[in-house]
Amino acid sequence: MDAFIDAFTAAFHLIASGDEDLAAIIVLSLKVTVTAVFIAALVGMPIGGLIALSDFRGRRFLIVLFNALMGLPPVVVGLIVYLLLSRSGPFGVLNLLFTPTAMIIAQVILVLPIVVALTRQILEALWGEYRETLESFSASPLQCLAVLLWDGRFLLVTGVLAGFGRAIAEVGAVMIVGGNIDQMTRVMTTAIALEASKGDLALALGLGLILLSISLILNLLAQSLRAVGERWSPV
Amino acid sequence: MVAALRLPGRGWLMSGERRPVGIVSLAVLTVLAGLILFGNGGSGRADSPVITVASTTSTQNSGLFDHILPLFKAETGITVRVVAVGTGAAIRLAKSGDADVLLVHHKPSEEAFVSEGFGEARHPVMVNDFVIVGPRDDPAGINSLGDVAAALKRIADSRSIFLSRGDESGTHKRERELWAAAGRDPEEASGTWYRKTGSGMGATLNIGAAMNGYTLADRGTWLSFGNKGDLVVLHEGDARLINEYGVILVSPDRHPHVDATPGRAFIDWLRSEQGQRAINSFSIGGERLFTAVQ
Amino acid sequence: MSLSVPDILPLTLRGAGLSRGGKRVLKDLDCTIGPAPSKTFLIGPNGAGKSLFLKLCHGLVPAENGSVDWGGHSPESAKPYQAMVFQRPVMLRRSAAANIDFALSLRGVPHRDRPDRRNALLRRTGLGRLANVSARALSFGEQQRLALARALATEPRVLFLDEPTASLDPAAAYLVESIINEVAVAGTKIIMSSHDLVQTRRMADEVIFLHRGRIKEFRAAGPFFEEPENDLARDFLEGKLLWWRRSDCPDGGGS
Repeated sequence: MDAFIDAFTAAFHLIASGDEDLAAIIVLSLKVTVTAVFIAALVGMPIGGLIALSDFRGRRFLIVLFNALMGLPPVVVGLIVYLLLSRSGPFGVLNLLFTPTAMIIAQVILVLPIVVALTRQILEALWGEYRETLESFSASPLQCLAVLLWDGRFLLVTGVLAGFGRAIAEVGAVMIVGGNIDQMTRVMTTAIALEASKGDLALALGLGLILLSISLILNLLAQSLRAVGERWSPV
Repeated sequence: MVAALRLPGRGWLMSGERRPVGIVSLAVLTVLAGLILFGNGGSGRADSPVITVASTTSTQNSGLFDHILPLFKAETGITVRVVAVGTGAAIRLAKSGDADVLLVHHKPSEEAFVSEGFGEARHPVMVNDFVIVGPRDDPAGINSLGDVAAALKRIADSRSIFLSRGDESGTHKRERELWAAAGRDPEEASGTWYRKTGSGMGATLNIGAAMNGYTLADRGTWLSFGNKGDLVVLHEGDARLINEYGVILVSPDRHPHVDATPGRAFIDWLRSEQGQRAINSFSIGGERLFTAVQ
Repeated sequence: MSLSVPDILPLTLRGAGLSRGGKRVLKDLDCTIGPAPSKTFLIGPNGAGKSLFLKLCHGLVPAENGSVDWGGHSPESAKPYQAMVFQRPVMLRRSAAANIDFALSLRGVPHRDRPDRRNALLRRTGLGRLANVSARALSFGEQQRLALARALATEPRVLFLDEPTASLDPAAAYLVESIINEVAVAGTKIIMSSHDLVQTRRMADEVIFLHRGRIKEFRAAGPFFEEPENDLARDFLEGKLLWWRRSDCPDGGGS
């Protein structure tokens, strides 16, 4: 029980003192994850939509594949990206290893299956409802995709938030491709891992509490933004 | 069916008082977005030269780098990025050319690294020592012994819980050599009294503190470790517990992109008077962690 | 605005049929529906296949046998010049106005022209005050009218309607009927199914009687109601064709 109380105290002190390092770590965490989720959404939503709309051989396999990829272990993704970006690897010349960019790449790979799978699921349901009407209007596949994505936008937010949750909480991928370098690639989760490995459990837990709070705040913001959106554009 | 589509609580949203919530959320999100896009969190300074040093988690966790690197930067303006992983991983990083300098503590591996052409030359930098920590009540009774091999023999024979890092780190390799010296092979007992965590020093110590077992630890990590629990140092001082650190520049012949000049500057500084003084001045609770050897 | 409309009428069905779940639900459809008269009604007992017939003509379901020909064009290429109001219309998750805008955008109507046309359609269907209300929050009758407005936004050559006034209150039904009549007068071909014989008598120019997936009779409305040639049609008009009782002849008697 003491450890938990110490954790709260540690968290409180960190925030109250306006610790610069903490601020930098939080900003980097958000920078990396938000960028990764943004890219994954940009790429993944149309893919999920297209799978929902289309009918082709191997479609079911693709669905199963993306569903399975949702469970990709972050550390495995980290390893794969590391091998790709290593100087001895195919993309070594880009010199991206141990940079926030590498971390973003790894997290995009992690988040993409979630966005694709959830988008597909949501839009498939929507398509079932809209299909006959859209076909009656002779809408092209692209027009159908646009309608589904737009009309389903509030539902799709859930998929994006799920992706965000996964990325902000993972440590395996960013640790390997980022290197947890002080002032450069240290994010909340790798900082927590570091403090834990130094035996400073209270601090580690405190950082964890801060991470949780940030996640909570962002989810609340997303919810109220959705409410605002629904209020201003009827749905 | 249609009536059910009226969202519950929609009326709640329609009333004017709720508007502030939306505006506040929008404002906060905009501030956040601005912070994220323009905030300088962890982007690093691109103006000063930067080198990447592959080192070990134990060195990192001891806090040595936090102490000496700012001094190095103040003198030379060079920023050092330390990637701290296990010794094996650090060596692999250096072999792949993902680091400019290698700083680890396993002489045989380091010498092989150089002889295989991956490194320019090995230079000794500092030493510290390993200690055996264990539960205060010392069930295996190793405290009085002066010989580390005898201590390990006692631990094995009494089947006392022993935590091994089991991760091919410098510490782990040394531990294996000591077991050989003690004439015992604990591998067959893995999972019983001999437990391999496959983790870094800190994680292993966490587990050791929880299980109240013996562990071979480097003094640096031990002194700065914050979760000692009921563990204390029970054996130290044997000559075979001395831990030598060597620094090697990754060979520019092998990897032409290596930042050789600032890399060499770092190595030279470490071996210089200022560097050695910086190393010696690093202490925790009055106790010095590393001893410079130049 | 409308693109030069190829003449897609007359619609000719030749031996057309299709199955659902292994059962043949539309069979041996042979008929020609021309541009005149303007309102062709489809009647028949429940389960006769009226909705499916409309969808077959509209190109939403393919014919398994026989052919569906629109003045020499396939159903697929004729579809853009048609519109359909479904029995249970699906509203987009947008405002009423946006639903109509959507139809206008699909037909390539430039942005600046949309507000006027949309507002005119809203007024015409009595939805002027509900323009910015979420379409899904409208009452069923309002949704039905919106679906009609949406269909009319595309200025179709042929307008299909599947029991459009079922479940509408008399006032709404009257409004819908008058719009249909106006549209027919303006030149749009109406092909509409109805369960309401009184309405059919009122509005239809010609009648197709469908029973168990077959066309049993296809005649001008006046003569049909006065003296139907087909036995089943006769029974139906008299309210005697009970859907749960199989008639004595397996596929119905008469011609």
